[in-house]
Formats: sequence, structure tokens, C-alpha cells
Amino acid sequence: MDGPKVSFIIPGTDIAITETLVIGWIIIAAVFLLCLFLTRNLKKIPETKSQVVAEMFVNFVNNMVIGTMGSKFKKFAPYIATLLVYAVLGSLVSMLGLRSMTADLNVTLCWALMTFILITYYKFKTNGFIGYFKSFGKPVGFIAPLNVISEIATPMSMAFRLFGNIAGGMVITSLLYSALGALSRALHVSFTIGSFTLDVASLFVPAVLSIYFDLFAGCVQAYIFSMLTMVYVSSATE
Amino acid sequence: MAISNEAFVLGCSAIGAGAAMIAGIGPGIGEGYAVGKTIEAIARQPEAQGDCTRTMFIGVAMSESTGIYAFVVALILLFANPFLKKL
Repeated sequence: MDGPKVSFIIPGTDIAITETLVIGWIIIAAVFLLCLFLTRNLKKIPETKSQVVAEMFVNFVNNMVIGTMGSKFKKFAPYIATLLVYAVLGSLVSMLGLRSMTADLNVTLCWALMTFILITYYKFKTNGFIGYFKSFGKPVGFIAPLNVISEIATPMSMAFRLFGNIAGGMVITSLLYSALGALSRALHVSFTIGSFTLDVASLFVPAVLSIYFDLFAGCVQAYIFSMLTMVYVSSATE
Repeated sequence: MAISNEAFVLGCSAIGAGAAMIAGIGPGIGEGYAVGKTIEAIARQPEAQGDCTRTMFIGVAMSESTGIYAFVVALILLFANPFLKKL
């Protein structure tokens, strides 16, 4: 397994644009077009299927945010919806044979840091500047180093959880593909036409694992990431 | 046959990566307990299914962290080996 490939380098600088970023842009464009398509000709009483689907998704996110964070945090719904859609699609692109966007630590760490900034902002807002630093000394003063570590561990564990699940699926899938390729070569059922190699043994078996690692893990981890964001932010205001 | 320093470090790293993944046992058992208890709770009170499932997912994600840490250690040993630079 290799890291994401460098797609191109911005001329004049040495800033490398990786595969991950390009896939991220494609997803942004796809979601933008999807939103335009789903919200055309909105009616008060939905007539088209696309409006029903859009309302279902918006209601789902609104209910999720209100259910976990309370109705005073309803303004968070767009942010949570963005995280959810971006993370789900970022993991599901692997079904198209592309590299998962979330299998790059830079992406997940960036999202986790955004959550960390939100948490810290709300802690400052509710406790005040002095109160924020005082809160590390609770319940007893000498426990402060542990509190600092657990504060830093929050974004780290969120980032590594999403990254680890998707990257782990990728590693296992690639191991399986190479094992099945070796098996087909050993059984002489591997055919090479030009640069294209067909391994008969790897035709159907990986599909079962792909359902778990790509579809299930991708959706569940995206849900958990947005859920944890909501839980941490709402607990920061207490 | 003499083993080169590099080969020795790489082999030991591979063993270390495999040993690190033994940590997968812990989250496996823990998540099994969490899901089992959730099913018990849902069977007793089916109308609370939504709340139970939501809480279970958070708990499962929390207990999974330890396994993920072990996986990250294994990944670092396999793909970004820090010991090779020290040779």
C-alpha cells in the first residue's frame, strides 16, 4: 500500500496536489450539482421525487442535531450535514475504484482539528478565559496534565478512528487481491491480455468484503464522526 | 547465511506489526458485549430502539479506539518504519 499519488505540482511552487485533493474537488462538484438538481422547482407540497429525497435528508440531519445537541444548536445542522455527506462520499469513492479520500490522515486530521477548534471556542464562551484554564484543574489540581492529554487525545482519536477504519479496509482489500492473484497464478487461471490481467479467483470473493469495508464501514464511520462532533461540542457548553 | 542489518530490522518490524495487532482482541470482545447488551435492551423495550442504537454506536466507536491505535502503530512499522533511519 502506498500513500496518495501526487497528481500535479502547482507551477512555480513546490506545493504538491495529491490524488486526495483532486478526488475531494470532484466530490464537492458532484454534491454541488446534486444539490442544484434536488432543489429545482421547490413546491410547498412536494410533487417531485427529488424534493421528497432532499426533504428526507434535511429532516434526518435536523432531527439528529436536535436530538443530540438540543434545539439551541439547530444552526449546527448545515455543518454536520456537510461533514456527513463529505465523509460518506469520500469513503464510498473507493467503490468506483478511486482511492478513498478519508484514507488520508491529512483529511481526517483537518476535520478533527475543526471540531477541536469548535470545542475550544464553546468552552471559552461558556467558562470565560480564566475559567477555561481553571477547568483543567478539576476535580483536583495535580490531575491537570492528564486533563491536557485527554483534551489533545480527543481530536487525535477522532482523526485516527476514521482514518484507521477506512485505511484498514483498504489494506485488507489489497492484501486479499494480491493473495487471490497469487492463487489464480498457482491454479493457472490467470490470463494476461496486453497490460490487463484477469485473475479468475479474484472475481467474486472481494465483493463480499467490499460490502463490509467500503459500504458499511464508510457509512458507519461517517455517522460516528459527525455524532462525536455533536456530542463533544454540546458537552463543551456544559 | 549472513543477514544484513536492514533485513533484520525489517523482519523484526514485521513481527512487531503482527504483535501489535493482537490488540484487536480487546475491542472485539468489548464491542461484542456492547452490542449484546444493546440487543437485550431493545428486546426488553423495543420502542427505545433508536436511542439504544445511537448510544451503542458511540460506545462502540469509543471502545474501537484502542484497536485503531494498535493498527496505526502497525501501519507506521510497516510503511513508515522509523528504525530504518537509525541504522
